This record gives sequence, C-alpha cells and structure tokens, in this order.
Amino acid sequence: MRDDAVLFSALSFQVEAGSITQIMGANGSGKTSLLRILTGIMPAESGRVLWFGQTIGKQRVEYGAALTFIGHLPGIKSQLTPLENLAWLAPEASVEACNLALRELGLSGFEDSPCYRLSAGQKRRVALARLYVQQRPLWILDEPFTSLDKNGVSKIEALLCAHTQAGGMVILTTHHEFALDSACVREVMLGTALC
Amino acid sequence: MLNPHPLPSEGKAFVRLLMRDLVAAFRHRSDWMNPLFFLLMVVSLFPLGISPEPQILAKVAPGVLWIAALLSTLLAVDALFLQDYEDGTLEQLVLSPSSLYLMVLAKVVTHWLVTGLPVALLAPLLGIMLNLSGDGLWVLTLTLLIGTPTLTLITAIGAALTVGIRRGGLLVSLIALPLYIPVLILGTAAVVAAVDGFAYQAHLSLLGAMLALALVLAPFAVAASLRISLSN
Repeated sequence: MRDDAVLFSALSFQVEAGSITQIMGANGSGKTSLLRILTGIMPAESGRVLWFGQTIGKQRVEYGAALTFIGHLPGIKSQLTPLENLAWLAPEASVEACNLALRELGLSGFEDSPCYRLSAGQKRRVALARLYVQQRPLWILDEPFTSLDKNGVSKIEALLCAHTQAGGMVILTTHHEFALDSACVREVMLGTALC
Repeated sequence: MLNPHPLPSEGKAFVRLLMRDLVAAFRHRSDWMNPLFFLLMVVSLFPLGISPEPQILAKVAPGVLWIAALLSTLLAVDALFLQDYEDGTLEQLVLSPSSLYLMVLAKVVTHWLVTGLPVALLAPLLGIMLNLSGDGLWVLTLTLLIGTPTLTLITAIGAALTVGIRRGGLLVSLIALPLYIPVLILGTAAVVAAVDGFAYQAHLSLLGAMLALALVLAPFAVAASLRISLSN
C-alpha cells in the first residue's frame, strides 16, 4: 500500500543462500517499497518478513548485523572523505581493507578528498565499496548500477556472483540485464499497477 | 553461510558516530557559526532598539540573552537530522544493529557540543556588553550550560517528527516552543535572582532535574519518531 493504492498483494517468495533475487517491474510498481519493507524500514500493510523463520521486527539486532542495505540515497556524508565514510558505514572493517576496496573501485587518489567533490558515479562507488568490506550474508540493493560506468557495472556484477558463490544472498532491483549466467538469478515480477 | 564479523560494542559505536558528526560539523562551518552570529546580532541590536541606558540593559539582559540562546538553538535544527535524512545516512543508522537510543544520544550530544556549548560560553561576554553584574554572569553561564542541552533534546523530538516533511522548520518551532517555556522561565529567573542577590540554587536544581529527565526520556521519543518518519 502506498498513498492508498495497493501496489502488490499476495506476494510471497523465499530467498535462499547462494541466490540473486531480482525484483522487476515498471516504474512506480513498488520495487523500492518492497525493498524498504524487506529491510524493515517500512512496515508492511499486511504480511510478514521472516528471517530464519522469525519476523524481522523481533530480531532487529541480529537482522541488522546480517544485512547490508544500499538504497537510492547512497548514505554518504559529503563533508567526509570516502575513507571516513566507509570506516563509519562498515565499522568492523580494517583501514587496510577499506583502502583496498576503494582502490579496487578506482577511487585511489580520492581517499582524502571530501565526497562533495566526487561525481555521482564516484559516490555510488564509495557506497558500493561497503560490499567489499562488510562480510554480511544478505545484501539488499536498490538500483546499485545507477550512474555507474560499464567498468563499474561489470565489477559489481562479478562481486555479486562471488558473494552468491560464497553462500550469500542478494536481493536487488535493477533494469539492467545481467550478463552473467542467469542460473542463479531468480526474478520476482511486480504486476503493473492498476490505473 | 557467511559469518558476519563480530560487531563493535555499543560504546564504540557511540564514540564512532560522535566523532563522525564532529568532523563533519567542523568542516561545515556554517553549522556552528550561524548560531553564534545570530546570538551576537540579536544581543547587539537590543541596545540600539530599546535604550543604551546601562540600568535598563541590565534589567532586560537575562531575558534577552536567554531568548537569543533559545532561538539560536532553533536556528540550527536542520543540522540535527535533516542532512542525514537527505544523504541516506539516517536509513543506515536506523538499520544498524547498534541501539538507536544511543545513536540518537550521540547525535544530540554532538549537536549540543557544536551549537549549544559555544552559545553558553559566548553568552557571558555578551552579558558584560549588556551591563550584567558579576554574580549574574556566571549564573547565566551555568543556567545556559544546564538549560541548552535540555533545549537541544526537546528540539530533537520535533526535528525527528518532521524530518520527512519538506520545510518542516516552522513545524519544529510549533512543537518545541511550548516545551521550551519552563526552561526559559527557570533560566531567566535564576539569573534575575542572582543579580538581585537572592538564592538561585532552587532554580538550578529544577533545571538540572529537567535535563536529567530529558536526557533519559527524549532519546526514546526521538528514536521512535525517526522510525515513524522513515517508514513512509
């Protein structure tokens, strides 16, 4: 439900270890809303989100510790440097790991300049660098490929693949066609909104 | 199955957020300069508007300084949660496994260190400008040191409730101002009592009690409000 409109109902799916779940649907069909419900930021009008058989509301700490969520807004403070941002977002990671992740995403040389000097794509890369350093099993990504260039997209794709091979789970929305083998990509289609 | 790293303790998460916000505020000078300039402007305009007569200035000084400090708290409200809301870090904060109560407390403490503390420290200098006498000066500083954190905590509730609304600034004032009034009354009354040579300890105790109450309860309200604001 959003603004009194039913966006989706009777939706049920299960995410297994080692799988990528891609939420598909037209603009305004509720992809972002679904992801926000899955993270627990937004309560569902009806229905439940279960994590290991328990509703996520009852185990906020455990679920929070297992989840990396990167939303529309990258969650980057513009006065801070990429390294400071990363260190705050991923407190469990070491400085070397953060540096390595930033270098991997082509941000070496920018570690110490404040993020307001970076381009949209570079900011997105800083946000996505979390995926390298945060070893959390569940990734929920809202349009992770927005404003990334080809090279960035392929790097993130490879990262997603490596994550699922290690037994992680990915739920994402994107309009991007996966170039990878689609064996592990499951699709959930949100119906077109009734006018 | 991947094993998540052991998470840092709550205390470390608190300090981490505190440091992050202090660094960000330090680099964003207008956050902490604006309240100070506002205080300076209001207080220096008063003698021009009312009268440069020292006796009259000494009489209005406690009220003027307290009201200016109170309004400067309101002026800085956007730095509290709105910036974090707009860049998405607030979402991350709510989702993080650390307790939101402590995270809110860290944000409020930083905000006070950046906006409230400088105002409380500048106020006695401006008090001298307004011919406030000896005892009144340090009681003024003391009341502001106890009172402005209470104001910041109250403001935080309003800010958290309105963070999802564009241009919620006026609404924050409407929510917070009625709650400011007891703090304002006690703060000015203490300074007036000190100037007149009466006992002011009772006022200070009451201000302290209000701070203790706000410090314990307000973060709960703020945390709940933030969850509501983010949920739509």
